[in-house]
Amino acid sequence: MSKDYNTLRHVVRLPHSYAAGPVWTRFYEGLKEEKIYGARCDKCSRIYVPARSFCPNCHENLDEWVEVSQEGEVVSWAYSSDREFFGMQVKPPFIIALIKLDNTDSNFLHFVGGVDFDKSAIEAGQRVRAVWNDEKKGHMMDIKYFEPIG
Amino acid sequence: MGRPVAIIGVGQTKHGRRFDVSYPELVKEAVDAVFEITGIDPGDIDGVVSGTMPSMMEGVALTHFYFADVLRSVGKPIMKTETCGSTGASLAITGYYWVASGMADLVLVVGSEKMNEGDSQATMTTVLEPFYQRYFIAGAPGIFSMQSQEWSVRFGIPEEKIRAAATKLTIDHHKDAFDNPYAHIKKELTEDEVNNARIITYPVRLWDVCPNSDGACAVIFASEDKVRQMDRKPAWIKGVGYSGEEYWFGDSDKVVWQSAIQASREAYKMAGITNPIEQLDVAEVYNPFTFQELLFYECFGFCDFGKACDETLKGTFARDGKLACDPSGGTLCTNPIGATGLIRVSEAALQVTGQAGDHQIPGAKLALAHAMGGVDQYNAVLILGSEL
Amino acid sequence: MDTKKMDYTILKDEIAIPYELAMGPTWTRFFEGFKQERIYATRCPKCKRVLVPARSYCPRCFVETDEWLEVSQEGTIVCWALTEYEYFAIPIKPPYIGALIKLDGTDTNFLHLVGGIDLSDPEYVRKTIKNGMKVRAVWNPEKKGTIMDIKYFEPMK
Repeated sequence: MSKDYNTLRHVVRLPHSYAAGPVWTRFYEGLKEEKIYGARCDKCSRIYVPARSFCPNCHENLDEWVEVSQEGEVVSWAYSSDREFFGMQVKPPFIIALIKLDNTDSNFLHFVGGVDFDKSAIEAGQRVRAVWNDEKKGHMMDIKYFEPIG
Repeated sequence: MGRPVAIIGVGQTKHGRRFDVSYPELVKEAVDAVFEITGIDPGDIDGVVSGTMPSMMEGVALTHFYFADVLRSVGKPIMKTETCGSTGASLAITGYYWVASGMADLVLVVGSEKMNEGDSQATMTTVLEPFYQRYFIAGAPGIFSMQSQEWSVRFGIPEEKIRAAATKLTIDHHKDAFDNPYAHIKKELTEDEVNNARIITYPVRLWDVCPNSDGACAVIFASEDKVRQMDRKPAWIKGVGYSGEEYWFGDSDKVVWQSAIQASREAYKMAGITNPIEQLDVAEVYNPFTFQELLFYECFGFCDFGKACDETLKGTFARDGKLACDPSGGTLCTNPIGATGLIRVSEAALQVTGQAGDHQIPGAKLALAHAMGGVDQYNAVLILGSEL
Repeated sequence: MDTKKMDYTILKDEIAIPYELAMGPTWTRFFEGFKQERIYATRCPKCKRVLVPARSYCPRCFVETDEWLEVSQEGTIVCWALTEYEYFAIPIKPPYIGALIKLDGTDTNFLHLVGGIDLSDPEYVRKTIKNGMKVRAVWNPEKKGTIMDIKYFEPMK
């Protein structure tokens, strides 16, 4: 449909400073040392990664920290070939994936990379391992992506 | 009229600059507190209502989903109520409706804000009409300054008198806040400090304005049956009123302010109040600005139009006055916006159940709670009482 | 690790969201009028109020308003606020005066700026700007078909 009427274009800009709090601060600090931390619930024994301050299942406070494996398997994934998403830092092509790190009980959301970006290149169950950026910022993007192994 | 509904417990966080916890963790503090205070099993809650400022303030859209885990809402119905500054009062009214309707017996109602994480006045800008109005309003202070400026001229109140009344209010409230363990800004102020503070929007100066606070408040609404099963003092919801106006700033009169007048009269009628200044024991008036607090006194019928300054200077609305207004220090000292209206309701509940601690108004039985939202667009009033 | 003694991380971010807002026929026509330095209103057929900026319907009577009229560029100040503080995302830098202005012959208040006087001294502004004062629209030479085509309203001598 053609535009018969005028429009007003503008950009809403809003600055934010999100408080990570003690638990996520510690998780981020771990990333700087190339460690991935989870927290274990005393009651249900689940290990959550990233570490959380409380168990969303039992509502127990979590204070048992565990360093978890940097390897795991792809649970599900999606491939973005050329569509840029406004506000997303990573440009396509990329693969986003839920990854179950070994011996943990929650799925970890990140990228799969180090592959030829052909959607047949990856399957659920694929073993992957974290690849770290050289420069660390204490941020989820300190992990560059997870690359297929084996 | 639905079934009788009471507030059976309230939980608050310490309000202030809370970069020590993430936002969900802050909400959790209030939720955990209300369950601990009441001893209610979270599993017995029938539904959850959550609210904040517009998501542009939070930077995370659908905050009620963001907080789903800490609200213990997994497997339960959850809804969000969002009406800007009046969010907290709207939350309370939503919880009230849910129980009064008979569809729920126990409802958890939670309001929260982390104002320091976003930019509150940039968010306010997005509340304004985008084609014609957004450019000219300096956040909330710009709107409230114009409103109070028009009020002073319409009723011929000398600037000096308004200044003196506003100064007394801010000095009293910041002092009262010392007796409220949850309040954000507690300060001994002098008249000189207040009168010579930096101008924000003339004639509003720094100490006429509320702070940016982080905080959360959680309240449990219960049906009469549930109240009778618990050994806790209930604060009964005696009346509710909520009224709005046109969206455009400039289309309706903000001095003889219909939404504020109507909301209070609806709530009074439902609660059987005919003479508020005589019948009410305490009022938690939404007072983000000293000047606006004065105007609310008049709109709510606490005194005649044009007389709020005189009555304030006489001490009518002080803690030991005829009608104690904002003995908690009010919004002026503590303003986590999405929680603020619910804090007013909570403070009213604490007062009528004798649990307000160091800022308890002795023998308080009937209390008013209020909040205002949008570009001077909506007003909500609740009346709480110790007796059904 | 004792998390109580740490400086906690703050994640800084700026959300920027682009919008293209449809003006629709009424506001398109209103802003086309601006390009010719005209201010248009519509009159409600029921309550007879003259609404400015022009609206497609009356918010009180809920009826369509399709009678257009050009209104005066002069009016009186209803209320005003001098802003001394800079607000994020507001394109106008302080000091400035936001004001509701009742344009002659209209029934709603028009929100815009009052300018054309020295704003550096609040005391001077307070003594100069009065409710009920007559003001007149001053136009920007360059027209974009937005509300900022009017530069401000200046006090009339």
